[in-house]
Amino acid sequence: MNPIRRASLLFILGCTLLGSLPIQAAESFITVASTTSTEQSGLFGYLLPLFERPSGIQVRVVALGTGQALDMARRGDADVVFVHDAAAEEKFVAEGYGVKRQEVMYNDFILVGPQDDPAKVAGGKDITEALKKIEASKSPFVSRGDKSGTHAAELRLWKAAGIDLEKSKSSWYRDTGSGMGPALNTAASLNAYILADRGTWLSFKNRQHLAIVVAGDKRLFNQYGVILVNPARHAHVKQAAGQQFIDWLLSETGQKAIAEYKIGGEQLFFPNARR
Amino acid sequence: MDALNAALGLVVGGDARLLGIIALSLRVSLSAVLLASLFALPFGALMAVRRFPGRRSLTVIINGFMGLPAVVVGLLVYLLLSRAGPLGPLGLLFTPTAMVIAQAMLVTPLLVALTRQIIADAWREYEELLHSLGASAFQATATLLWDARYSLFTVLLAGFGRAIAEVGAVMIVGGNIDGVTRVMTTAIALETTKGDLPLAMALGVILVALVLIINAFTFVTSSWAQRRFG
Amino acid sequence: MDGVFPLVLTDVGFAPGGVALLNHIDLRIEAGSRTLILGANGAGKSVLMRLMHGLLTPSSGSVAWNDGKARPSAQAMVFQRPVMLRRSTLANIAYGLKLNGVPLAVRGARAQQALARVGLAHLGERPARVLSGGEQQRIALARAWALEPRILFLDEPTASLDPSAAREVERIVSDIHQSGATIVMTTHNLGQARRLAEEIIFLHQGRITECTPATEFFQRPRSAEAETYLRGELL
Repeated sequence: MNPIRRASLLFILGCTLLGSLPIQAAESFITVASTTSTEQSGLFGYLLPLFERPSGIQVRVVALGTGQALDMARRGDADVVFVHDAAAEEKFVAEGYGVKRQEVMYNDFILVGPQDDPAKVAGGKDITEALKKIEASKSPFVSRGDKSGTHAAELRLWKAAGIDLEKSKSSWYRDTGSGMGPALNTAASLNAYILADRGTWLSFKNRQHLAIVVAGDKRLFNQYGVILVNPARHAHVKQAAGQQFIDWLLSETGQKAIAEYKIGGEQLFFPNARR
Repeated sequence: MDALNAALGLVVGGDARLLGIIALSLRVSLSAVLLASLFALPFGALMAVRRFPGRRSLTVIINGFMGLPAVVVGLLVYLLLSRAGPLGPLGLLFTPTAMVIAQAMLVTPLLVALTRQIIADAWREYEELLHSLGASAFQATATLLWDARYSLFTVLLAGFGRAIAEVGAVMIVGGNIDGVTRVMTTAIALETTKGDLPLAMALGVILVALVLIINAFTFVTSSWAQRRFG
Repeated sequence: MDGVFPLVLTDVGFAPGGVALLNHIDLRIEAGSRTLILGANGAGKSVLMRLMHGLLTPSSGSVAWNDGKARPSAQAMVFQRPVMLRRSTLANIAYGLKLNGVPLAVRGARAQQALARVGLAHLGERPARVLSGGEQQRIALARAWALEPRILFLDEPTASLDPSAAREVERIVSDIHQSGATIVMTTHNLGQARRLAEEIIFLHQGRITECTPATEFFQRPRSAEAETYLRGELL
């Protein structure tokens, strides 16, 4: 056998072995459909090992917008959803896809904008006033536009400010159809205003000239809920393991762990489970 | 320059998670190309050798599918593997296997088209001899595949390049799950969304370096073989 | 004794895409003959040979072997440009044997023997495609010879070779004929035709103008076209 033939046979053999390696190492795992904000803020990176090690259950997080996460669970591709859009979550449970919605924690939305503040909204506490000024001055504003929890919250706030977006939006309102991070990247390069969740903002590194301009309005409250996907709807749902994860999140240990996650000394999420 | 330094730092640092991501990228894309080639090489060769009605149209269609967006392939595989889909009960969604399937589907048209081209060229040279020796279409196909092996190596490489560089399909069917289905491209996408552009760029540099090394190795081996064996 | 011969062509025409390349060819090849096909470029020599070998199918008329089979495995062909497979010299010869159903156990020995008969026994392990044109043509002859054909077709086998390589090819062709094979060959080289031919078929514009013993052809060609051709003029 000549050396080339030997080498190519080895190569093919190697590929075959490579391909046939056992694909899953973990015996027991659950799939959690969650939001980009929880994943990208680094919360899961901190929190999950604290649950996985003692329980022996691996938690696989697929991070999407809230709307997509709920859709994924509707198709039965997740065991647990962990999202932040109360209205959509209630609907999900009412349709029979989820067993029960339980509140886990909250943080808040913030209005982020350019430091030179063309709409003159910085330092205010009233989010609807700020939105009215942005609309009046036609200052650039970036929207998620992806049916996520943050997008839903933004649309509620425009409505509360008495602004009919369909009528008034023009080139100043950029509908990006992207996740929180990409939308922040867009806002940073356009020097635009954007509604963001505090967790993602704190872990976001490409801020350029952006800063928080409005925060603290109680309408900016952002509640996270957790739901076990209904095994009656999707028989393969890992009910026991999923419930164990939910119970842990709501337990004293889980709630304390959430409170302890900080970036730059700042707490990102505030546990508020009702026990 | 920063990205290069950061990339070097990451590699030298030998971060276990990074190495895991690189290993998974290689494993998924190599398996995908191997899986695709099991079908694409014989099929491409048969398309070159056999005459059948609709051969031209099929060639045009396959060439067209080379431009198939990865996201569309990802979506298709997602719908197939989703619990609500026809292959849902296999529970393959969000596993490396799903990523292998998606990438294999993605590179198959490319492999078929390039193989067909190369085998058609070889066939022009060999046709009379093989007919004269009484080779069947199957024997001719096998002979052409073996004789064009150095060129076909380059074809596999092109497929591998497309597979390892794509992000759309693996993001959808893999879910970019940390430690399970996160590969180089989805990690780059994630770091970009987190606004950590230097880290994203560094990962990009590593990916390009990886592909370059594999290309260089194959190029050197096959051109040596070409010189040695003609 | 011989079931394969004669090979009889009856009113054969070949017109791919409506362009007539050969017309009304009637021809008979007997066992053991040594026939050379002569004619100008484009006269249809190569096409005629391919029709006889079965690589092409006639548009009209028939190509019939005595035993009725269109392509007996008892024939082989050597082309102007030798096609070498990307493998060793011996493997090239063994490949033809394999396709013709020779058992693996005897392939090696038969390939080695064929290679020795063309004087290239020392090149057995060398990759065939890196050898010289002359060596490759001799390997092509060995590959054909190993099949032990009853008839061997050769299409201008020396056209791309230098004189010494061409002489070597001629010697091998004579040996193959000696070993019992019928030879049908085309050439542009009149000296070669004189040395090798027993029978001459002369083609002009897709028709056979004459079919005569070689000695007669070279002394007194019957057709005006052949006479002009022998005088070295362009037709």
